[in-house]
Amino acid sequence: MSSALPAALSTDSPAAAARPRLARAPALATLGLALIALATLACAAFAPIVPASRDELFEIPHGTWARRMAGEKVEILPPTITLTLGLNDVLLLRNADEVPQTFGPALVMPGQSFRLPFAVASTYGFACSAHASGQLAVIVEPHPAPGWATLRWRLRRLAAASRR
Amino acid sequence: MTRLVNPLPALSDGGAARLPRRLLLALLLAGAAGAALAAGGAPAGLPLKAGVFEPPRQAPEFALRGSDGAEVSLARFRGKVVLMAFGFANCAAVCPVTLGTLAEARRGLGPAAEAVQVVFVTVDPERDDAAKLKAYLAAFDPSFVGVTGAPAALAAMRRDYGVTARRQGTGNGYVMDHSSSIYLIDRAGKLRAQMPYGHAPGDFVHDVKLLLAS
Repeated sequence: MSSALPAALSTDSPAAAARPRLARAPALATLGLALIALATLACAAFAPIVPASRDELFEIPHGTWARRMAGEKVEILPPTITLTLGLNDVLLLRNADEVPQTFGPALVMPGQSFRLPFAVASTYGFACSAHASGQLAVIVEPHPAPGWATLRWRLRRLAAASRR
Repeated sequence: MTRLVNPLPALSDGGAARLPRRLLLALLLAGAAGAALAAGGAPAGLPLKAGVFEPPRQAPEFALRGSDGAEVSLARFRGKVVLMAFGFANCAAVCPVTLGTLAEARRGLGPAAEAVQVVFVTVDPERDDAAKLKAYLAAFDPSFVGVTGAPAALAAMRRDYGVTARRQGTGNGYVMDHSSSIYLIDRAGKLRAQMPYGHAPGDFVHDVKLLLAS
């Protein structure tokens, strides 16, 4: 029977055999993409975070003092800095300007840096003349647990990086 | 003759059969992407518990009246690690904790404590004379040396170290709002580090041992 049908309609022909596979292709591609997305999220949630550096750097750029003297309001440090234990738990303050700068809790000379590690999750308050409030708060959060906390940490870092 | 190029090579004949292999490859790539999110590399080494100055500068020198009756300068303690704190004897909260911590750290150092000098610089010269500082510090550790002097000289010293101090209140009951870090000065007189308030005595022991060994 089948040999009497035109080749295009015959289910035995190679083209006819390929049709169901082609029909399944979009579904397979969607499934594949979903699996990739799921695998990426799972990896981001459960893979241990191994930071290249635990330093959270803030730098006073060259010329800051001159800009301030010219009346410009220059903010280098945010009023609150959030760090995470074991990941970015070292506050690194670098003065690339030409004059000494009170930077967070320390007086930092030109060309000098101040590297302050944190070992306990807590909220730290520092007197800081660089802020109008005279205070700098450093919130040190605990190391995120594998799963949602790790994923949230990574997403937050990505969002912060995209804002820079 | 136009040569037709199949835009979906993966879905051509036999492509569906190869899809699982491609999926596997994609999953591996996804895994690598996830790992890349973590960014590889070794964490930086942190030798001190305190905040470290790099490069260290020479600690600003001073010459002021000491609670032991002699002039106090950093040069006098060259060869020792100096732990220098700023505060005042009437301080009810921060200074007793700081001095108690430093006293315990010295005890924890054992014989190495001989190579450590604690210097307590008043931010309240109006009330803290040499005798008062001596009596106050002796309650923590008789080896501690207090420093007082003219208000202008002490203000200049605070400026050199980035210390803030502000009088709060009126009358005899006023208090001094002041920054509370402890400065770590090595045997050569270099300002190596600054320990924020609240660290345990063990952290000072750890850092002092490293500074003595360096």
